[in-house]
Amino acid sequence: MAGWALSPVEVEALRLSLWVSFWAVAGSLPIGVLVAWLLARLEFPGKSLLDGLIHLPLVLPPVVIGYLLLVGFGRRGVLGAWLHDLAGITLAFNWKGAAVAAAVMAFPLMVRAVRLSIEGVDRGVEAAARTLGAGPVRVFFTVTLPLVTPGILTGLILAFARSLGEFGATITFVSNIKGETQTLPLALYTLTQMPGGEVGAMRLCLISVVIAMAALVASEGLTRRFTAYISG
Amino acid sequence: MLDVNLIRQQGDFRLDVAFRSPDVGVTALFGRSGAGKTSVVNMVAGLVRPDRGHIVVNSRTLFDAAKGLHVPPEKRRVGYIFQDGRLFPHLSVKSNLTYGMHLTPLSERHVALNDVVDLLGIGHLLHRRPAKLSGGEKQRVAIGRALLMSPALLLMDEPLASLDRSRKAEVMPFLSRLCGELSTPILYVSHSLEEVLNLADTMVLLDEGRVAASGPIEDLMNRPDLQRLTGADDLGTVIATTVEAHEEGLTRLGFPGGMLRVPKVAVPVGNRLRVRIGARSVAIALQKPPGTSLQNIFPGKVTAITGGPGELLDVQMDIGCPLLARITARAIQALALMPGKPVCAMVKSVAVSRGHLNASLDLQIDA
Repeated sequence: MAGWALSPVEVEALRLSLWVSFWAVAGSLPIGVLVAWLLARLEFPGKSLLDGLIHLPLVLPPVVIGYLLLVGFGRRGVLGAWLHDLAGITLAFNWKGAAVAAAVMAFPLMVRAVRLSIEGVDRGVEAAARTLGAGPVRVFFTVTLPLVTPGILTGLILAFARSLGEFGATITFVSNIKGETQTLPLALYTLTQMPGGEVGAMRLCLISVVIAMAALVASEGLTRRFTAYISG
Repeated sequence: MLDVNLIRQQGDFRLDVAFRSPDVGVTALFGRSGAGKTSVVNMVAGLVRPDRGHIVVNSRTLFDAAKGLHVPPEKRRVGYIFQDGRLFPHLSVKSNLTYGMHLTPLSERHVALNDVVDLLGIGHLLHRRPAKLSGGEKQRVAIGRALLMSPALLLMDEPLASLDRSRKAEVMPFLSRLCGELSTPILYVSHSLEEVLNLADTMVLLDEGRVAASGPIEDLMNRPDLQRLTGADDLGTVIATTVEAHEEGLTRLGFPGGMLRVPKVAVPVGNRLRVRIGARSVAIALQKPPGTSLQNIFPGKVTAITGGPGELLDVQMDIGCPLLARITARAIQALALMPGKPVCAMVKSVAVSRGHLNASLDLQIDA
């Protein structure tokens, strides 16, 4: 049974992956909901440009995104230097950078799910809330947001799963540093490159499958509970 | 007082509507679908912004294009009951009811939750969610939700139109009571004559984005030139009466032409009751027939004869109030009817419309 025990490196990779994914999703959720709302409800100049930009990570090779992040947010990058001077935040070659890479890659999935859900909300119900005395912000938080809960859940799970699996952008932007940026897929890749790493690689592979399945089941269960709640 | 003057271009459709309605009571916005009724109430509610004009409710200006004033819907205190209910699916019935109430300043809340729950008979539904309600129950909750915000004006956009006949009969008594007891003015949108006669006092007749006529219901309903708009297939006369007495299964209704006898109506003596006499239910004789089963015979004279559909002509009479009869051209010739000629109008049946909780009943009173 010794083959099943995780080595410290693998435990560290798992912990780091969950941590990075958590922050990637938590950080992008508010922005994702806002952008989804903008795209679903408003007409503004440059809307298709914004839509396209958000979807780029879906169609570009992840390495390209990682490289763009490195150019932009690296220590010498324009935005990176600015962020460092202004807020003292450095993204290059640490877990925060890994979280940003994961968030950017997962963002389109989150926005798509939430946007679809917002487009499905009956605007007549929102209008009714307006006539009952609720301003636009209150309508958003008391009517729209509760009604798009399933979409947000789906978006969260998709984004979380995508973040856990992020490889190309992460390794390009923040490299493969044990304990700092070596997430589960990176550790798995490293193991496959090492003689005798097959067993470890298999363990990480199984963990990945288990986490992904658990996330999907949880999402399905929560959505079902929400539907049951709505239908009384 | 509701003072509305609206102009709005919506694609090819131009809405140009102006009317005033009294402080209390129900004003019906009546017209066919596409006449612009819903657009008007949406603008009064603030959900749609007119191009020009003004909206004043109880001397508070809600919209004035000249001054660039547009009060947002949440600040208008105008209750809106939608055709499709529009309850919040994620909230319980109770939370739906109190949604607007909690947003109303305490000093302006003059409607109590318990009163509304009792009035609408929805006490047993409070902990359910809208998905578990029938169509009629949903509409009752929607009515309660709008009432509980203590509105200065209540808009009802065809609140019964999405219900089937039996659901309609379920909600109608509540609406009827509400319209009778509430001091809040109501603007009631409908294309159903039955509903309007049941509930409203004043009528604004809309036709293709314009006001064709407005005024007391009796006046508008009895104008043959408006018949196309008020109810094409069924010409008739609407008469305001007062319940004078109940006797031996009959109710006596006083009106300017005398006394109508109808089968007993459960309305207390002294109350007003609106009745409608279909033009086809009125026969004409030159003298009062000696032996007849008809109870309602009124002397009067012909005032005009106008063309009806096909072989039929419409005879307008004055029996102390206007009365219309639709009879064949042959009969008119046989009786030599012409304006000024004295006649007897014999009423075969009367429909009672207002004040009766069970909607309108067609009361055959040949007996």
